[in-house]
Amino acid sequence: MSFTIATSLDDALAALADGARPIAGGTDLVVGARQGKDPLPQNLVAIDRLGELARVEVTDSEIRIGAGVTHAQLMVDASVVDHCTAIADAAALVGSPATRNVGTLGGNVMNGSPAMDTGAPLVVLGATAELRTASATRTVALDELWTGPGQTSAQPGELCTALVMPARPATSGSAYVRLEYRRTMEIAVVGAAASVTLASDGAIESLRVALTAVAPTILEVTGLDDLSGSTVDDGLLASVAERASGQATPITDLRASDRYRSKMIGVMARRAVEAAAMRARGEAVAVPVNRATGVGAAE
Amino acid sequence: MTDTTSTSPTPAASGAAADINAVSLSVNGAPYNVAIATDRNLSGVLRNEMGLTGTKEGCDDCECGACMVLLDGQPINSCSYLAIQCQGREITTVEGLASRDDLHPLQRNILAAGGVQCGFCTPGMLMSAHALLETNPEPTQEEIRIGLSGNLCRCTGYAKIIEAVANTAAETPVAPPSAG
Repeated sequence: MSFTIATSLDDALAALADGARPIAGGTDLVVGARQGKDPLPQNLVAIDRLGELARVEVTDSEIRIGAGVTHAQLMVDASVVDHCTAIADAAALVGSPATRNVGTLGGNVMNGSPAMDTGAPLVVLGATAELRTASATRTVALDELWTGPGQTSAQPGELCTALVMPARPATSGSAYVRLEYRRTMEIAVVGAAASVTLASDGAIESLRVALTAVAPTILEVTGLDDLSGSTVDDGLLASVAERASGQATPITDLRASDRYRSKMIGVMARRAVEAAAMRARGEAVAVPVNRATGVGAAE
Repeated sequence: MTDTTSTSPTPAASGAAADINAVSLSVNGAPYNVAIATDRNLSGVLRNEMGLTGTKEGCDDCECGACMVLLDGQPINSCSYLAIQCQGREITTVEGLASRDDLHPLQRNILAAGGVQCGFCTPGMLMSAHALLETNPEPTQEEIRIGLSGNLCRCTGYAKIIEAVANTAAETPVAPPSAG
């Protein structure tokens, strides 16, 4: 085995070109290896000391979150909370404080779990993944990145360096909620993210909804365009819930049956849209929505 | 801050020992140099190479928090953290809390409140609580619960542990922010 600690991105990309696999917090990689899922890769390069991956950068046109930003940073970073609130909602639910201290956004995305909490928020915020090799950089849409449970279209030698989202109008809001049975070290039973932009009359200008843990990958709800121009009321929320439940194709496992997941994903989608719309109107809904509104596990 | 000027562990030259790495790290303020395989977890190295058996191995799966230590001041699950990733970094274990003659206030308070029964979770609980109070000297009840949420206790029902953390916060004067 070999193990190097990268001190620059170029170092890291050179090691990847030589066949090494990246490790940041190791909260999936090392845990998985110790559980016997997959042995630890023979060659590892640690990327957790790269300051260039740990930055959040906001310009007039986009927000760029480095792949090495930890969940603990995401949940309190002012730019993330302001511009990508759903990501902060999700990061605050990941694992435990110890997981969040070392686990990263890039790790969550590239692990490719259909139950990843940050995935649905990234989708509704229109994020793309930046993948780099020693010689090239490419931008990949998330629905092309995630190809199945635990699988991505990233090529050997490619490192996810950032998630990039377009800037959104001030009258926008986003939110992520999940169904959970306990508050810590939990995996989403189901989850939903929504992003809403409101027109000056308070009607919906645009709406996106994406779902967690109800399909082989994060699933964006399609066919919401006809809801533009509607006001956010019970009828609209019921319609979103029905479409989310209808499009979900969940499995049965030890956490929930497929029927329960299908029912509950509608409830989560409804609550996500409700919270996102409140934020779009400038009403305070604290991060994470699960705690602010009592959606999740009770005391 | 940690010294990151020499962060590349040097693999042994060749042959059968190729997987053994020289790793330098600081534990409770003392420098340690160990020769360890790449896949060794931090809790195992703390317990076996360094003899610091206060850190417990419970689930070995990041669920229970018995192995909680601080990496540069932040709680991590040492069961599932590669020791080699600690090169040049500062680890704090439960052995680093007490001074020679006195228990740390958290230790004194958890004993006084009855927050210790079997004791297996206690070192991890103390490390999470210590990190919490370092960053948030006046936590609310909810903040204490979140701070300890990665630590399972099967004996006490948690109430007395939370009380001990609140008592420690209450008796500790809040100092003005200092460097470091």
